[in-house]
Amino acid sequence: MQTLPIIQLSYLVSAVLFILGLKRLSSPATARGGNTLAALGMLVAVAATLLDQSIIDFTWIIVGVVAGGAIGLIMARTVKMTSMPQMVAVFNGFGGGASALVAAAEYFRAGEAGFATDAAVSIMAGVIIGTATFSGSLIAFGKLQGIVTEKAVKYPLQRTTSFLLFLGLLALAGYLGMRAPDGQLFLGVIAAALVLGVLIVIPIGGADMPVVVALLNSYSGLAASAAGFVLNNNALIIAGALVGASGLILTNIMCRAMNRSLANVMFGAFGAGAVGGGAGGADGDRVANEIDPEDAAMLMGYAQSVLIVPGYGLAVAQAQHKARELGDLLGKRGVQVKYVVHPVAGRMPGHMNVLLAEANVPYDQLYEPDDVNGDMENADVAIIIGANDVVNPAARDDPSSLIAGMPIIEVDRAKRTIVLKRSLNVGFAGIDNPLFYLQNNSMLFGDAAKSLSDLVEEVKAL
Amino acid sequence: MTGTLLVSLYVFVLAMFIGFEVITKVPPTLHTPLMSGSNAISGISIVGALVVAGAVDSPLMQWIGLAAVVMATINVVGGFLVTDRMLQMFHRQDEDGE
Repeated sequence: MQTLPIIQLSYLVSAVLFILGLKRLSSPATARGGNTLAALGMLVAVAATLLDQSIIDFTWIIVGVVAGGAIGLIMARTVKMTSMPQMVAVFNGFGGGASALVAAAEYFRAGEAGFATDAAVSIMAGVIIGTATFSGSLIAFGKLQGIVTEKAVKYPLQRTTSFLLFLGLLALAGYLGMRAPDGQLFLGVIAAALVLGVLIVIPIGGADMPVVVALLNSYSGLAASAAGFVLNNNALIIAGALVGASGLILTNIMCRAMNRSLANVMFGAFGAGAVGGGAGGADGDRVANEIDPEDAAMLMGYAQSVLIVPGYGLAVAQAQHKARELGDLLGKRGVQVKYVVHPVAGRMPGHMNVLLAEANVPYDQLYEPDDVNGDMENADVAIIIGANDVVNPAARDDPSSLIAGMPIIEVDRAKRTIVLKRSLNVGFAGIDNPLFYLQNNSMLFGDAAKSLSDLVEEVKAL
Repeated sequence: MTGTLLVSLYVFVLAMFIGFEVITKVPPTLHTPLMSGSNAISGISIVGALVVAGAVDSPLMQWIGLAAVVMATINVVGGFLVTDRMLQMFHRQDEDGE
């Protein structure tokens, strides 16, 4: 395909804008401008492409852009912040699907002569990665949305099945790549890739979704890169590589935050129902202290520093606004308030930060575990809302624990802790939390939103 | 291995390194916008989709092209808009957040 120099140069401009845009995402102050810059880069790429001489008829282009643009606009405007992971999953899927279709079109375009080896490899890679991203993302969406079971689905010979399917897919793709286009066999490749995407995601449990969404993000980038190899288009290759790198970094961060390997997340079927040791809860000899809202408000209202540790339970209870109200009230009383967010607190990387930002929590009050762990002894009160495993001291103290080695927010070393929770039940990992029974901990039982409302009233009354 | 493929590989590998360098510096607070924003960038396959949809090759190709354009556009438009919506919410303590 011959392309005008002006188009190629525009693609270079796009690539530069993408990189500058991503660079600006490294600070909340410049991030919005960065996103606009990246969008501008996309606009340049699209406008330049329309100059391509092989485009003869604009009818379908206009229909597609208007329809897709309207759907994208409505989804972006109406989605709830709690549903952000689902939406990113769907968008990932569409990105992967589009890349697969572009590669597929190139497959059918090649005449009876067949392909050069490198073109065949690029096309098959684009089709397989893109298609598997598409179906895998839809399953991830289904799980996050509650349409598909959130539980890790286990079946016999799980790894072997996926592996054999993958090998078969490679063999079929290799065979096809060496022959003239064959529509039916090609559909076979697509079907197998669809199934592979499903098999990759279905064994992964709901709370491991942050890893999966990040991984699929990476795949959608790699699919775009593969399509770029097919079309010899550097804009696609660069943009895809940037996204691929981004997804890999986030996948890695998420795995580290849980102290698990990627293989363990993908095949471990964590939380599939197996209950770890000591899940029995209150064993008689251990008693958890209880506290009422009035006393809890006293503790916090007269403290110098308070840590607020939100977990996903906070978002489920839609209580982030109440938490911010409490934080603001304490701040007005001169209490130093920090929100401490664990990387896996939400359903996707950084999710909890967005939920708190939506509730108007200033980003300079958001802290990472490492920021506060060093100075934990000086924290007067840590209040834990809807979080469990990420504050479980067993991860640090008990090498035999299921979550041993997972980085935690070490609230047990704070002077006092208050846990807002419905009951003493176990968290996602299915293991008991010794924090609940510590001398300096108190439980405030009840629904998180209700308890926070009570706390807000009590602090006001101080 | 042809020259073009080799050049493509160079571009790909170097771009991956740039990606790692740039994105490692993004703080956890911004990881969700980073994902949705980079996700929108992966909609770059819209460029290929437009050419497929606009070249009048065959009815099959046009359907493939149309589907690709719709999906890529949803990805691009939705991705950038929702990222903007999220980033709009981030503000400092001394700024008026309302």
